[in-house]
Amino acid sequence: MKPIQFDYYAPTSVDEGLDKLTELGYDGKVLAGGQSLIAAMNFRMARPAALVDLNRIPELAYIKPTDDGGLAIGTMTRVRRVEQDAEVAKRFPLLREVAQFIGHAQVRTRGTFGGAIAHADPAGQLPAISMAMNANLLVCSKTGERWVNATDFIFGPFMTVLEPQEMLAEVVLPPNPPRTGSVYKQVSRQKGGYAQAAVIAIMTLDEAGACQNVRLVMMSVGETPIVSEKAVEILVGQKPSEQAFKAVAEAVVTGEIDPATDLHATADYRRQLVRVLVVRALTEACERASKGG
Amino acid sequence: MSVTRINLTVNGSKEVVDVPSNWTLLQMLREKMALTGTKNGCAAGECGACTVMLNGEPVNSCMVLAVECDGAEVVTVEGLVQDGQMDVLQQTIIDAGGVQCGFCTPGMLISARALLDRNPNPSADEVRAALVGNLCRCTGYIRIVEAVQTAAQASQ
Repeated sequence: MKPIQFDYYAPTSVDEGLDKLTELGYDGKVLAGGQSLIAAMNFRMARPAALVDLNRIPELAYIKPTDDGGLAIGTMTRVRRVEQDAEVAKRFPLLREVAQFIGHAQVRTRGTFGGAIAHADPAGQLPAISMAMNANLLVCSKTGERWVNATDFIFGPFMTVLEPQEMLAEVVLPPNPPRTGSVYKQVSRQKGGYAQAAVIAIMTLDEAGACQNVRLVMMSVGETPIVSEKAVEILVGQKPSEQAFKAVAEAVVTGEIDPATDLHATADYRRQLVRVLVVRALTEACERASKGG
Repeated sequence: MSVTRINLTVNGSKEVVDVPSNWTLLQMLREKMALTGTKNGCAAGECGACTVMLNGEPVNSCMVLAVECDGAEVVTVEGLVQDGQMDVLQQTIIDAGGVQCGFCTPGMLISARALLDRNPNPSADEVRAALVGNLCRCTGYIRIVEAVQTAAQASQ
């Protein structure tokens, strides 16, 4: 099948793009890398009346170090560039680790950092990563801009707080405190394949070696990525131990995730994967944190 | 329906094309330019049969709109032949028996060319990682991976 007919606009500046989005309202849809949208259009699951293509706006593609040690990433920055960027590797090795799991080389060439987050696929790595890293998202419209925390941005499968006249312009990743270790664990049938389940762990230790903070996010096991509250409850202030990690895994599996059965995996299998991956991810994040991150 | 006039370079030749907005790059290459080496497989970015080089990097041409390619440089499998000479990869994949039905081969060749352009001496693992987005249902991949490594050695 082919996409249905639609109007096509290629603004060359953010202002022009926002004008167009305002004019089009619910008829308009932003085209970023198109690595989910055009596939959906090929199957006519997506039938936008008009596309506003951001690929002609160079000012939306950048990776800028922030003064506090974090990074600001423009929404149209290709995943491939994030994967190869030296500053990304230095400040957030987790991002480079994760990038290798995002689609295939062809998809990473074209796919964008902001586009993937705005698409909010529950099995997508970047929405989950943005939540785990506590990213702040800059949302622009003709009437102004607002900052939204990644955990408030996504509220359902493929659903975000973006209004039709708005665009996600920038993703700001706050710096990791010292003694922070982070890790990504995924199981899929083949590399580059759909994640049957995946877990992200980011752990910060205090000087005495106790857990000062932890962000544990599960993906592909619910309607959105899931940020664990139990992990914080059980681990913060405690000396990390295998026993504690197992307790977190059990609490996550029984109380926090809601996996579905589909052609990729059964719900029970996904629960089992999460049970195992949580322990592995926490163990490795802790090891990395104790080595300085 | 909107039709847009785009300028682009395809396999080294400058082209001016009027394309409807809903045409993918793949459709334009096959149906407007008769470059049918590039195959239409899954239309969802899973199989890699439609892989072409866009500005020097591999993309699935089924997931890029033709209108997005205004000003771009595209290389398809037909463009791997230079002055009547096949790319070394084309010869090694034939020699290794890395072609059976041939449907995946154009995409494989483009992904492999993109790999060798940035990494002239890849390990078997690196070859596999670069080709993971290209599905082959015939060969079992081993001979394709060998062909890429042989081509890399031949180019040293």
